[in-house]
Amino acid sequence: MHKFLIRSFVSSLVLLFTLTVAAVAKDVKAAFVYIGPTGDHGWTYQHDVGRKAVEAAGFETTYVEGVPESADAERVLRQLANSGHDIIFTTSFGYMNPTNKVAKEFPNVKFEHATGYKREHPNVSTYAARFYEGRTILGTIAGTMTKSNVIGYVASFPIPEVIRGINSFTLAAQKVNPNIKTKIVWAFTWYDPGKEAEAAKALIDQGADVIAQHTDSTAIVQMAEKAGVYAFGQASDMDKFAPKAVLTSVENNWGPYYVDRVKAVANGTWNQKDTWHGIGDGMVVISGLDSQMPSDLQAKVKKLQADLASGKVHSFTGPIYDQKGNLMVAEGKTADDGMLAGMMTYVKGVEGDIPK
Amino acid sequence: MIKIVKRDQPSRAIFFFTPVLAIFLTLVAGGLIFFILGFKPFEALKFFFIVPIADKYGFSELLLKATPLCLIAIGLSFCFKSNNWNIGAEGQLTFGAIVSGGVALLFYEQEGFYILPIVILAGAIGGMLYASIPAILKTYFNTNEILVSLMLVYVSKLILDYLVVGPWSNPEGFNFPETRQFSDSAKLPLLFEGLRIHAGIFLALAAVVISWFVFYKTYLGFQMKVSGFSLKTAKYAGYKGKKMIILVFLISGACAGLAGVGEITGPIGQLHREISPDYGFTAIIVAFLGRLHPVGIIFASLVVAITYLGAETAQIFMQIPKYTGQVFQGMILFFLLASDYLLFFKIKFIGLKK
Repeated sequence: MHKFLIRSFVSSLVLLFTLTVAAVAKDVKAAFVYIGPTGDHGWTYQHDVGRKAVEAAGFETTYVEGVPESADAERVLRQLANSGHDIIFTTSFGYMNPTNKVAKEFPNVKFEHATGYKREHPNVSTYAARFYEGRTILGTIAGTMTKSNVIGYVASFPIPEVIRGINSFTLAAQKVNPNIKTKIVWAFTWYDPGKEAEAAKALIDQGADVIAQHTDSTAIVQMAEKAGVYAFGQASDMDKFAPKAVLTSVENNWGPYYVDRVKAVANGTWNQKDTWHGIGDGMVVISGLDSQMPSDLQAKVKKLQADLASGKVHSFTGPIYDQKGNLMVAEGKTADDGMLAGMMTYVKGVEGDIPK
Repeated sequence: MIKIVKRDQPSRAIFFFTPVLAIFLTLVAGGLIFFILGFKPFEALKFFFIVPIADKYGFSELLLKATPLCLIAIGLSFCFKSNNWNIGAEGQLTFGAIVSGGVALLFYEQEGFYILPIVILAGAIGGMLYASIPAILKTYFNTNEILVSLMLVYVSKLILDYLVVGPWSNPEGFNFPETRQFSDSAKLPLLFEGLRIHAGIFLALAAVVISWFVFYKTYLGFQMKVSGFSLKTAKYAGYKGKKMIILVFLISGACAGLAGVGEITGPIGQLHREISPDYGFTAIIVAFLGRLHPVGIIFASLVVAITYLGAETAQIFMQIPKYTGQVFQGMILFFLLASDYLLFFKIKFIGLKK
């Protein structure tokens, strides 16, 4: 009798718990704020793929696309927080201040800001991906595939995120081919097919036979296809836009993180975090490798991918020198996250100066 | 039988009726688009035009959004009334914001009642300086002000990009493209606790009153009107055309500059790459929808402002793509221009004679 009572008590507790969790889980609503249209490739598209993963996991989602980083962002955020959303993902850097401002007014709503650094309230988390790990793979491929030893790189804005990518790419390329030079063209845009195509054209005219990009459109890979040089897809698998030129793509994969965080809200285990995930956690994904790449290179890339994932290899392992030959990272050491987050100097082998 | 007859004189009643007609046609066409897209048209229109302003907060946001549109459109009406096609208000807004933001940054972490007036003045001067370029080039070198003012928009955005990426970027901000936050003394005071509506609305209202006075009570207003009807007549009358061109551009630039000030020292509180969702261009629609009349512009700015808010609400609650807001803005202008046909022509129904 005694045992029976305990057992039934425990089982009813378990039942109650499952019911509550189920009820809470059903009620959690997630919202996403996008900088651009959802489209079929690129930055916002990848976030929307992540949102769909949250839907597939059984949660209700809402999104607002094309929200400018002007005074409008704050209103959209407040409206989402006010209309029963429990967690709001703001997926562009420029939403940083509005996110923190609105978070203060809605302490019960969780905010997740992509690529920012401000967490002024306990209900604000930040998250970003270690895209530079993907660029280590691209650099390795570029350094092997180039014949002219000139590699082009279309960059967006001179911020640490972009400089880090250029450096990671160049270091990896140098490792397989010490003679390479990386030429940079600054497009000063994240998305402008016209400007990006011009930048790619300029690099090809300067002898680059592999083009990497840190901008969002498919104009560069299409220009590369026309010119018969190699290129890499950005954010999404861009193979279908330029099947001959694209050797592989670095894909942004936000789905697992989004599902994880929304579930955490449902379970009541959400806490403030600063997440910076790479290949190991699956936030950065390397698309299928093109068959034009020799099989030994493919094997090498696969191994590098596994080593980056396990942490055996770090993209920034010393010795690393800057353009003037000053030591940045000593032999055997790796750059810490603080150094990576503030990286504003080129490594040796990159041509030109960072625009000031 | 229906016959189209040219009017002897443009109809004044029609002149003020067509904007209303254009809005009505936009609603009908909008409802039709929603229907074709598979949404319930009335529900969609409700979320678009009523829900966003149904509460106090929503209404304050409407005023916040309408303020820059109204201010810029008032300025533009000076130009448009006198046959000067200033298309570059967006650039004047941006440059005004740059100058005023620069001054606000000079006063970083300083407090004082004198700071805000200087910041505001700097914005107006910035806008005027920028507007003076197409004006001077037009008067002295006979350039086309449409092209010059439009191209200068892109120049101003590049200058802003350069400044916020480079020399003015926040030293503690990891080189992200934004400046520091302005000190409280450099920001426009909020009118109500918890709402974003700020003192900038008084600048817009002042512009409305002043423009009404200038248009209808001064010699300058009369000159502008005559030049608008016919440049040749203005020349015969001996008006100093050059002086007037420069003056209207300066007024227009000052208004756009002040709109920029309102954004950066109001809800934004800093300079970054995206300070205006193309207010300078949308204000052109506002100016025409308001028939270049100060009171008309107030109403027009509210109507156009709601297309921004409604697009957001419609997407949040009905998953209607947010870009329909721009479709609505485009349709308003389209129907307005189309219905202007009625200004000069009338439709006559003629009975069949036996």
